Amino acid sequence: MNPVNYLYLAALLFTIGGAGVMIRRNAIIVFMCVELMLNACNLAFVTFARLHDNLDGQIFAFFTMVVAAAEVVVGLAIIVTFFRSRHSASVDDASLMKL
Amino acid sequence: MTTATAVSIHSLWTTLADSTPGAATTSTAFQTPKVEYAQLSPILIVFGAAILGVLAEAFLPRRSRYTAQLAISVIGLAAAFAAVVALAADGYASTKSHIAAMGAVAVDGPALFLQGTILLVALVAAFTFAERRLDPAAHGNRVDSFAAQGSAVPGSEQEKAAVKAGFTTTEIFPLLLFAVGGMLVFPAANDLLTLFVSLEVFSLPLYLLCALSRRHRLMSQESAVKYFLLGAFSSAILLFGVALLYGYAGTVSYGGIADVVGGTAKLTPALANSTATDALLLIGGAMVVIGLLFKVAAVPFHMWTPDVYQGAPTPVTGFMAAATKVAAFGALLRLLYVVLPGLRWDWRPVMWAVAILTMVIGAIIAVTQTDVKRLLAYSSIAHAGFILAGVVAVSPDGVSSVLFYLGAYSFVTLGAFAVVTLVRDAGGEATHLSRWAGLGRRSPLVAAVFAVYLLAFAGIPLTSGFAGKFAVFKAAAEGGALPLVIIGVISSAIAAFFYIRVIVLMFFSEPQPGAPSVAIPSLLTSSAIAVGVAVTLVLGVAPQYFLDLAGKASVFVR
Repeated sequence: MNPVNYLYLAALLFTIGGAGVMIRRNAIIVFMCVELMLNACNLAFVTFARLHDNLDGQIFAFFTMVVAAAEVVVGLAIIVTFFRSRHSASVDDASLMKL
Repeated sequence: MTTATAVSIHSLWTTLADSTPGAATTSTAFQTPKVEYAQLSPILIVFGAAILGVLAEAFLPRRSRYTAQLAISVIGLAAAFAAVVALAADGYASTKSHIAAMGAVAVDGPALFLQGTILLVALVAAFTFAERRLDPAAHGNRVDSFAAQGSAVPGSEQEKAAVKAGFTTTEIFPLLLFAVGGMLVFPAANDLLTLFVSLEVFSLPLYLLCALSRRHRLMSQESAVKYFLLGAFSSAILLFGVALLYGYAGTVSYGGIADVVGGTAKLTPALANSTATDALLLIGGAMVVIGLLFKVAAVPFHMWTPDVYQGAPTPVTGFMAAATKVAAFGALLRLLYVVLPGLRWDWRPVMWAVAILTMVIGAIIAVTQTDVKRLLAYSSIAHAGFILAGVVAVSPDGVSSVLFYLGAYSFVTLGAFAVVTLVRDAGGEATHLSRWAGLGRRSPLVAAVFAVYLLAFAGIPLTSGFAGKFAVFKAAAEGGALPLVIIGVISSAIAAFFYIRVIVLMFFSEPQPGAPSVAIPSLLTSSAIAVGVAVTLVLGVAPQYFLDLAGKASVFVR
């Protein structure tokens, strides 16, 4: 199978994630969409690594996974404290500072 | 690797490293990576101090943590700054500039200059983090600007118990150090992997620091959520751009990509016959630049700035506004000047547009603000536009003017936010502008210091703001961006209007009844503010030495 198809899939997943960040209102879902974008990047990295026949992309994918894990730790902590003080994880409720 | 022609084109602002990194990877035998620990010492010292801070947090009794953490932070940052100075004195900023750690980190003039700036800013910021005299003591315990217990729900019994027990969040010091470590790597990153990892290393601690305010905790948590979601979104965009650039060039090292962009290295056979390679390069480069423009808060990627700056604890806001901007502009300069100089006819018009939008929109929206922190946030957006004017100059003067501007601006910002922490009423900091009316009558010194900062923001002669703006606009005009300079001067005039308006409000209007009081800070915040004023005046009155220093440090290694 032509590896370029995986690039199309990666672009599609990235777009779905990006659209989700814009459209969805629940902070957790928004965050999941960001993770989807990161995984789309991983797919693009390993596909390019296959196309170029070198390992840089695969190594990059590992680093992305570790960074994504660290981001989950920090992100969930922030979203959970936010939820506990407001009983809502909706990003529309975060409007204390509107001008 | 034949990079001779590429170097001759861009030799104005890049110099060839003494060894070609990555050459060893072609041999099949496994070789241990060569890491020049001495050249990475500033970064290693800061990360070492951060880890020491985590251990202190785990093993020291609660009452001795504050002193220990403050000592670790201050000593670590000062030692790292000494290491930067030693490296620069050793010639790494000019003749011996070098790419260390197997091509991952550049040790050159811009990197060392910006690392020195970040370390000094962080040192002063650590003082404002440690301030414990501003809030009245709670249950006999001195308290700082940070929540007693970050996980306790605001207003709950748990929070009251934590305050009563005298808990303080001393984790802020290791978090600060981790953020500083990431910021040191960010402008020195010489491949896209290091760029991405250091971006996250400095962003994640900042998201947490934003959520830890003692007062206005709901606003603080809200700002952290906004900063985190938008920051994660922008770093995902940057990462996809990195993937596309890797797909285009087959390597993530800056020099390797620049060779392919400049046409001196061949595309890999897999893509040589495809027509889509230009799309990979253009879209990938644009997405990486978007990720960096988000961090410098350039319009149209500035939406997070006012909310995050307003909600975060004020010492964190000051640190963020100063140090993040320095680090992100360093990375942006290196990306545009080292990786993508072959594309400058493509990115220059785009950066023109971004710079104009950032200057004009930042200045105009700032006029309508009624909150001091939001006002300073929009002013920082406008300043990002002025710095971008230096970036589009595409000349060594452009690089040195941006370096100088960043050094001057960061201390003014830090000092201004430190003054904001002093003006308080029963609810904490009184940040509404109407509350600042008549401040000059009751606290002439504090109001005068803030006026100095505002004049520096406005770019009045004899302040560092004037020297910085002059250098940036001069470089931009010589680089053929005269319309940009004219728009820049006009938006400076608009910006000057609201800075002057605050000064008039402070000195020439009657104080309202129940006006906020000015807290008497300890030596920590006073010295932070004094350093800010000193830097502002020295860089304004006698900028030449520092302009020369920035000029000498303006050559990138590749």
